[in-house]
Amino acid sequence: MNEMSPPKAERAAALKGLGSARKRVEDARFTQGKGNYVDDLKLPGMLFGDFVRSPYAHARVKSINADKAKELPGVVAVLTAEDLAPLNLHWMPTLAGDKQMVLADGKVLFQGQEVAFVVAEDRYIAADAVELVEVDYEELPVVTDPFKAEAEDAPVLREDLEGKMEGAHGPRRHHNHIFTWEQGDKASTESVLGSAEVVAEEMVYYHRTHPCPLETCGCVASMDKVNGKLTLHGTFQAPHAVRTVASLISGIAEHNIRVISPDIGGGFGNKVGVYSGYICAIVASIVTGVPVKWIEDRMENLMSTAFARDYWMKGKIAATKDGKITGLWCHVTADHGAFDACADPTKFPAGFFNICTGSYDIPVAYLAVDGVYTNKAPGGVAYRCSFRVTEAAYFIERMIEVLAIKLDMDAAELRAKNFIKKDQFPYNSALGWEYDSGDYHTAWDKALKAVDYEGLRKEQAQRIEDFKAGKTRKLIGIGLTHFTEIVGAGPVKNCDILGLGMFDSCEIRIHPTGSAIARLGTISQGQGHATTFAQILASEIGIPADDITVEEGDTDTAPYGLGTYGSRSTPVAGAATAMAGRKIRAKAQMIAAYLLEVHDDDVEWDVDRFVVKGAPERFKTMKEVAFASYNQPIPGVEPGLEAVSYYDPPNMTYPFGAYICVMEIDVDTGEHKIRQFYALDDCGTRINPMIIEGQVHGGLTEALAITMGQEIAYDDMGNVKTGTLMDFFVPTSWETPHYTTDFTVTPSPHHPIGAKGVGESPNVGGVPAFSNAVHDAFRPFGLVQSHMPHDHWRIWKIAHDFGLHG
Amino acid sequence: MSKTHIKLTVNGKQHELLAEPRQLLIHVLREELGLTGPHIGCETTHCGACTVDLDGKSVKSCTVFAAQANGAEVTTIEGLGGPDGLHVLQQMFKEHHGLQCGFCTPGMITRAHRLLQENPDPSEEEVRFGMAGNLCRCTGYQNIVKAILAAAAEMNAAKEAAQ
Amino acid sequence: MIPGNFEYYRPESVSDAVKLLAQHGDEARAIAGGHSLIPMMKLRMAEVGHLVDLQAIGDLKGISVDGGMITVGAMTTQHELIASEALAKAAPIIREASLQIADPQVRYVGTIGGNVANGDPGNDMPGLMQCLDATFVLAGPNGTREVAARDFYEAAYFTAREDDELLVSIRFATPKGGYAYEKQKRKIGDYATAAAAVLIEKNAGKVSAASIAMTNLSDTPVYCQEAAEALLGTATGNPDIEAAVTAMKAAIDPQEDNRGPVEFKQHVAGVILRRAIERAVSRA
Repeated sequence: MNEMSPPKAERAAALKGLGSARKRVEDARFTQGKGNYVDDLKLPGMLFGDFVRSPYAHARVKSINADKAKELPGVVAVLTAEDLAPLNLHWMPTLAGDKQMVLADGKVLFQGQEVAFVVAEDRYIAADAVELVEVDYEELPVVTDPFKAEAEDAPVLREDLEGKMEGAHGPRRHHNHIFTWEQGDKASTESVLGSAEVVAEEMVYYHRTHPCPLETCGCVASMDKVNGKLTLHGTFQAPHAVRTVASLISGIAEHNIRVISPDIGGGFGNKVGVYSGYICAIVASIVTGVPVKWIEDRMENLMSTAFARDYWMKGKIAATKDGKITGLWCHVTADHGAFDACADPTKFPAGFFNICTGSYDIPVAYLAVDGVYTNKAPGGVAYRCSFRVTEAAYFIERMIEVLAIKLDMDAAELRAKNFIKKDQFPYNSALGWEYDSGDYHTAWDKALKAVDYEGLRKEQAQRIEDFKAGKTRKLIGIGLTHFTEIVGAGPVKNCDILGLGMFDSCEIRIHPTGSAIARLGTISQGQGHATTFAQILASEIGIPADDITVEEGDTDTAPYGLGTYGSRSTPVAGAATAMAGRKIRAKAQMIAAYLLEVHDDDVEWDVDRFVVKGAPERFKTMKEVAFASYNQPIPGVEPGLEAVSYYDPPNMTYPFGAYICVMEIDVDTGEHKIRQFYALDDCGTRINPMIIEGQVHGGLTEALAITMGQEIAYDDMGNVKTGTLMDFFVPTSWETPHYTTDFTVTPSPHHPIGAKGVGESPNVGGVPAFSNAVHDAFRPFGLVQSHMPHDHWRIWKIAHDFGLHG
Repeated sequence: MSKTHIKLTVNGKQHELLAEPRQLLIHVLREELGLTGPHIGCETTHCGACTVDLDGKSVKSCTVFAAQANGAEVTTIEGLGGPDGLHVLQQMFKEHHGLQCGFCTPGMITRAHRLLQENPDPSEEEVRFGMAGNLCRCTGYQNIVKAILAAAAEMNAAKEAAQ
Repeated sequence: MIPGNFEYYRPESVSDAVKLLAQHGDEARAIAGGHSLIPMMKLRMAEVGHLVDLQAIGDLKGISVDGGMITVGAMTTQHELIASEALAKAAPIIREASLQIADPQVRYVGTIGGNVANGDPGNDMPGLMQCLDATFVLAGPNGTREVAARDFYEAAYFTAREDDELLVSIRFATPKGGYAYEKQKRKIGDYATAAAAVLIEKNAGKVSAASIAMTNLSDTPVYCQEAAEALLGTATGNPDIEAAVTAMKAAIDPQEDNRGPVEFKQHVAGVILRRAIERAVSRA
């Protein structure tokens, strides 16, 4: 017989479970400078590697002379493709079914490409030695324009693929063509377009940019020759996949490789891929027998690892005169750079771009994506978004605006008229997705009301009057967006990377005293997994989140998982956590029933304990059960309390949101000021509102950067023009506005706790919101489309071209 | 190039070491003294992840040669908290979710500490301007600003209580 | 980004510093705050064999406001310029401009001397010094000499300073009347897309004296005498300001870069100057 239980609400609050704005457990170490990032690692005898890189975008490498470099005291080795070739490591497979040079093999294909790897006693000597390596280049004609890549006389970029007319994603029609990916119904779509009352047509460009986490990429490879074990510490968003890939290409058995992702200083997609630095550090460690560290500098980061976007999206949208959308057509020219190194699920060479019908009930659609090679860095990663989803959201949200202009209709009204209705979910889109849940009208109405949309439009109209009357030189733009994301890749039936199904995992051990450890296949890069996954578990198993350690990133201890990107952690690993928790609870129920001397079915779960039905004074807390599982023989039940779940999600999740940006634009200088930004997110069940809000602020700021200036720009010779943070725009606290966040909750019907994921929504929705604000400011003067980034001179150019400078 | 003797007082502790004159202060702190709190983010003085306090000034230690710092007093993030635990800025960054990946955080807090020394009661605008030498890619700054304003209020209240 | 190696010196007097510069010729560089030089060295775009650190030279520090004359030691940091109440009173344009340079950390170490002597067209102080008609005092092996800021700049990174000379101080008359330093940039930490330094004195509603200089719109700062003259004797009505802007536009020679094409910079330079004149007039 127990004392009576404290009230339910009190016990639930003590757990700090789902819905609690729990403070982060990670912060104690980070605020005190005790984080453990890869460059903090110092191993005995460790050497340092540095790259000789190509100054040219396209050139033949005639010779490499490393003699002088090797003579420099402290230099241990200089590796070139010739040294890697006998190991068959001079090329490596990319995540997109292509292959990529680890070190220049006869030619270079982009500026900044890795040519030789210098290994020295410290980073200073390595840098000095890099200067001493003599490379003789013969410059070749450069292709930077994706539309010229397929010209008849375009130079052959990938000589290794010459004559190979079948690629990883089907036929190639030209030596610089990578793939064509088609979705939807071409004939029906073209027929709808041909007979539509209204068709709006536009080219929408989403420029090349870069995730640019504050910590660059790097690793420490350590080959223990005595035990035959390779340990690889590094900035890996997918440590298990890195282990498998490392094993496949190096021939080292997978159990002899341990990959560790320590604390990661932001990823945003930059740290998903496998880079030359990792391979070279591994080889160098094998050759030298001591640990080898490789850390990129910022310029190398921006020039060579993982760009994002670079999609030219031609769209046609058909509608009735009163604004009901009847069809959507899209063709994308995708500039993949020199190697196809996109980090997409294998069957999706353009990621989930086919979410481009957005939040709208569009009966018929057709999409074709053509990937081409150019003399630019490889990548095409999902920079704070699910695979190509930000491109898709930008495309459809621009096309909606373009259609609204054509129809002379309010863009908010046009959206509301075409939203998928609440009762249409689950909704099958024309391009093949099954949207799990949504309530777009409710979110949209709430957003419009919150900002007083009608009042804003009146103010804007007055401003135009004042502008025309010469009373002001500032315009107001109201940027609207209603986005639908597709995240949580994903179901193994259609999602894999290099054949590895995109499930994820959680393993839980409950300790005798009632605390626990949970290990996952994902890896936090700032998302706060150690905080939030403990909250999911706390609600499932009734152990306070504060008593649960969450561990990720060590492949020797964590269960296999595909890592953290594409907002997949909560939808997939979060689900695995809940499911593993439920396994624990199921076993605990048997133990509790035994202890309470009743049948299993006669106890029920009550927050943190099992209670005998109808006898609330008779219960066993999870803590008591945990102890019993270790110290009492229970007939028919194994000792201990552990569980593991590998979760294969039945579907993706579809977070959505309504964003409104109010921007003031100085017509004379092209400068802008964000006066107001309202962000309503619906990410299903909310695990930790504090963390959600932080994710939204951060994602919006990355969206602001991308939209208003952040660009990887090349000149005609293929030189990178934006290689430092002077020119690659990352806003400071001064340029960043204050954001207002809001939410609705539409749980995912198939996720165990109804959560959908949020980390990337603000980037996906933010970019069209900022961009639409710029466009909207100039709509009265006839602007239909102006490409990003909307930096000062490009905004100025819009005004200038409309004659607004007198 | 021969190494030279460098004397530094870091977080109140005196150090003498041999370094090449070109060695950057950030590398001396991180690699010679094992103070890995300050980080390297951009290397061209834009990001502020390497910010330390050098003779009472917030300085980007990736752009200071060890030789220039010879004789200086340096405070890093490791020197902020006392024996009693976290500095109020550290507490407030946690309380208001002023960090995510944590990479900018040491530089951010070290800079905020100097800012509040010079301007104990800043407005939001002054915080945003005074912190503009530190980039963050995760938080969007809103909660950083909130944390610093909260720390200022806390520190001022403590000062008042002491008087 | 790792710099090459060098010999390091920390002289304690101007004469010792000058001796070192003379001894090592063009292999030597003086370093003040180093926030322009060190990044260039890290990018290996500047090779320096001998680095002469000026931090220990007491004579290079300090701000004096004496009668009608202001003297600023070359090693005075932007942070110190901003913090100086005497300077804020005597020449508030200095604080206004300094606050628009780089970011807080850089301002703690960036010096007025480094900013003016480096010859980087992106730096803000050279234009401002031309506007103020400042005089640069240079010390060399044969003693000191003075060069007017308006005669100092020859081309990007080329100035009237000889390799063995050191900028020791900057002197200018206390400015009178209204002032403005107006700068457009992409973000904190950026150089100007266009910037204008303007001083205007008015007498009985008419401009009695004016001075205008522009930043980052040519390979040197651009002192715009004709633009200033266009304002003289006027009540700074729109046509008068337009005349000044037109004269300024004829004097600048911006180049295309990531901030934008020439046409844009020409236009923005006009907007910035117009705003600077209007603000200076409002304070005159």
